Amino acid sequence: MPFSARCEINQVHDTRSGVCLAVSRQGAIRQSVLKAYNDAMSRSFTLPDLGEGLTEAEIRQVLVREGDVVREDAPLLEVETDKATVEIPSPFGGRVEKIHVQPGQTVKVGQVLVSFADGAAPAGKQAADTLDPIRKLASEPTTAVTDGGRARQTPAAATPPPRREGPVPATPSTRRLARELGVDLRAVSGSGPGGRVTDDDVRAASGGAAAAAPAEERAPAPAAAKPLARAGVEPPPLPRFEQWGPVERQPLTHLRRTIAERMTLSATLIPHVTHFDRADVTELDALIRRNLEAGQARGVTLTLTSFILKAVAESLLEHPHFNASLDPGAGELIVKRYVHLGVAVATERGLIVPVIRDVDRKPLLEVQRELGALAARVREGKATLDDLRGGTFTVTNIGALGGTGAIPIINYPEVAILGVARGREEPVVRDGAIVPRLLLPLSLTFDHRVADGADGARFASAIVRRLERPDHLLLGL
Amino acid sequence: MGDLVREVDVAVVGGGPGGYSAAFRCAELGLEAVVVDADKRLGGACLFEGCIPSKALLHVAAVLGEAERAKEFGVDFGEPRISLDPLRKWKNERVVGKLARGLASVARGKSVEVIGGRAVFEDSRSLRVEGDEPQKIRFKHAVVATGSTPSPLPGVELRSERVMDSTAALELPDVPARLLVIGGGYIGLELGQVYAALGSEVTLVEMLDGLLPGADRDLVQHLARRCERAFKSIRLSTRVTGLRDTGSVVEARLGDGETATFDRVLVAVGRRPRSQGLGLETTRARLTDRGFVEIDERGRTADPHVWAVGDVTGEPMLAHRAMRQGKVAAEAIAGRPAAFDNVVVPAVVFTDPEVAWCGLTEHQATAAGRAVKVAKFQWAASGRAATLGRSDGLTKLVVDPETGRVLGVGIVGPSAGELIAEGALAVETAMLAEDLALTIHTHPTLSETLMEAAETLLR
Repeated sequence: MPFSARCEINQVHDTRSGVCLAVSRQGAIRQSVLKAYNDAMSRSFTLPDLGEGLTEAEIRQVLVREGDVVREDAPLLEVETDKATVEIPSPFGGRVEKIHVQPGQTVKVGQVLVSFADGAAPAGKQAADTLDPIRKLASEPTTAVTDGGRARQTPAAATPPPRREGPVPATPSTRRLARELGVDLRAVSGSGPGGRVTDDDVRAASGGAAAAAPAEERAPAPAAAKPLARAGVEPPPLPRFEQWGPVERQPLTHLRRTIAERMTLSATLIPHVTHFDRADVTELDALIRRNLEAGQARGVTLTLTSFILKAVAESLLEHPHFNASLDPGAGELIVKRYVHLGVAVATERGLIVPVIRDVDRKPLLEVQRELGALAARVREGKATLDDLRGGTFTVTNIGALGGTGAIPIINYPEVAILGVARGREEPVVRDGAIVPRLLLPLSLTFDHRVADGADGARFASAIVRRLERPDHLLLGL
Repeated sequence: MGDLVREVDVAVVGGGPGGYSAAFRCAELGLEAVVVDADKRLGGACLFEGCIPSKALLHVAAVLGEAERAKEFGVDFGEPRISLDPLRKWKNERVVGKLARGLASVARGKSVEVIGGRAVFEDSRSLRVEGDEPQKIRFKHAVVATGSTPSPLPGVELRSERVMDSTAALELPDVPARLLVIGGGYIGLELGQVYAALGSEVTLVEMLDGLLPGADRDLVQHLARRCERAFKSIRLSTRVTGLRDTGSVVEARLGDGETATFDRVLVAVGRRPRSQGLGLETTRARLTDRGFVEIDERGRTADPHVWAVGDVTGEPMLAHRAMRQGKVAAEAIAGRPAAFDNVVVPAVVFTDPEVAWCGLTEHQATAAGRAVKVAKFQWAASGRAATLGRSDGLTKLVVDPETGRVLGVGIVGPSAGELIAEGALAVETAMLAEDLALTIHTHPTLSETLMEAAETLLR
């Protein structure tokens, strides 16, 4: 029997653990530290308070294995919150007795993540155990999955068997089970007599890693999808897509779910209106090109984005209603006397919006420098929670990926968001002659509860003016 | 009279097997369901003008046949005297009436209200009821279960009480001396045998070149042989091109001009869906060219609020298919992951001998170029058949040659309609022929023939 697709995933999983083990191993085995833990009692490590009202997080990676010996402050787990991916260090050292969580699982503050043993075993053995898994990985590259500590064979086939014509051999009760679990019977190969698909085959096809385990054992499935938080409107039931072809159900990652919930909240709650404008950035572009080398001499690559951020910040000072949040409960507009600008960054995991603080008070070069560093941190998944919160207004630049414009959705609970598309050279009539000019399409989406169309138009033209007259921008005019 | 608007979860249009199954299952799942039926009673064509009354009359025919055959083993009851009034009364009251009362009491028990009248859709969420209890019903979901009605003879227009459809024939107006049966399908054969047993001289005309189109010929052969004896004649590949009521008899023109005279004519050329005049055009439901309501595997039409089950949705027009569809639709409406994914819808012709089949027929396999193994067991070798004096039977299995899986079962012989249940179970559960062979079947019974047929594959 060929190794299954699932085995390949296991390999990735194992490899990842291997990498993580290598990380956690750095300086982890110190006899002196070990000694201290030999005396310690069994202790549990719970998810600490992450601050800012965050109550849950998703385990992205477990960086240690049961039996590992870790020192204090060694990274134990990588968790993803609404805002960032964070490595959680071990609050104490010792031997990991039991890991209570798995990647993909959502945990709440206070939930037990890892138990540490009282350290009764001889230190030398523990050290050996710690090294062992790496050797094991090298010698058993395709070992069966460990599911809740229980190793077992994975029966699924390497590639899904070809779809068959005619009825699939299975009892009516098995077919019902398949429907309940959303499994396309045609894609399941039957292990029963004459190729009959059994209940076990269906469960195996449905459960991924948790497959052949009986349903009750799968109950606390770590990667199980959770429904999105409701935003008032009850969505109608989805059609059974299986009737038109095979489908696959993929649980959303924590970040994807967060984005989905926030966007639904924003789009449902806020009456959006979008104002379009174009800025002639021919001069600004020339200015940037003239000064590229000078900037690079100071370790900064000038980009249009930093100028846009500055233009927005200056314009927000003139139009503070766009630098605000609405408190419908209190019937008040909360106007912020600081300008922290969010910049949407596309990452492999999804959209993340890091925040640059006090853009209005920082010189352009400083804004540019911070922007580069922040985007790099975000793309590497190294952004801290503080990098990602406190924004008052968001800029999303979709120009790099082409297109002629987009209508952004407000980053709740802000009041407005500016979309920037790709600048293009276009023919423009000036003084009766057609001249090529570099035009930058802008789309300002704002909360119509807070501002009206005329306000939006004025705010947008304030931004446009600053982009068209970089001298005004630099002089603070 | 002001418009009374009734709000319900599910409005079922039609009280036949599909309709009442849907309504009952809805009620079991906590949905409020009402049934709108012109008759203001549950049962539909199946109970009042189809399955049940025809089986009651076929039972009478079987008793007459058995009594006749008893002479073979020295028992002579003499010539039967048939009184139509008590026969009709027994059929209408003791059989049909009793079952109708039973259904009514089940409906009461499940709080399913039956509203008398004709339902006409006004849009995707409401319909009006015309008739004795006019009202408007707003529904979350509607189930169209209006069934089918006998097809008229194409090209022949004659309104005469001597020309009957199956509904009229089951009323048993009299026992005509000469009866012409048009159509060699299951309805023509069943009712032809009833009238022949009651004393009519039956002529059966079939347009195609064989009786029971669709069934395997080796199964039909046993039935055809018996019909040839019981009927005056069977005319295959023959069309009825004209009917004329002379005032006392019906003259029929057969094929190329030959005429024959009959006292009554039974037109049994099929059934057609009852999908017109329902206001379905006000919904998003769509009809096929043949007038069937298009549905998906759960029974939902192109309109998310309108569902359909039973004969109105297509072939085979059989009550047991409708009942399963009704339950599936109800469960789907209740949000359960139900689907009509049945592999087999068994078919039974309740003639003497009975013909029954399910799943893949040998004929279908041949037509599709699919390789199959066929295992046959002739009832001449069955002990039980011998004790019944009925060796005119055959049990056959259609089996997948690679896996040994039972793909289809066909049976002809007395009680084939009961025996086919095991075949349906075998095919539906994807059983192997080996499973049938290795299961102990009671001896001596006709059910052994399934085991015996399967055993021929293991040698």
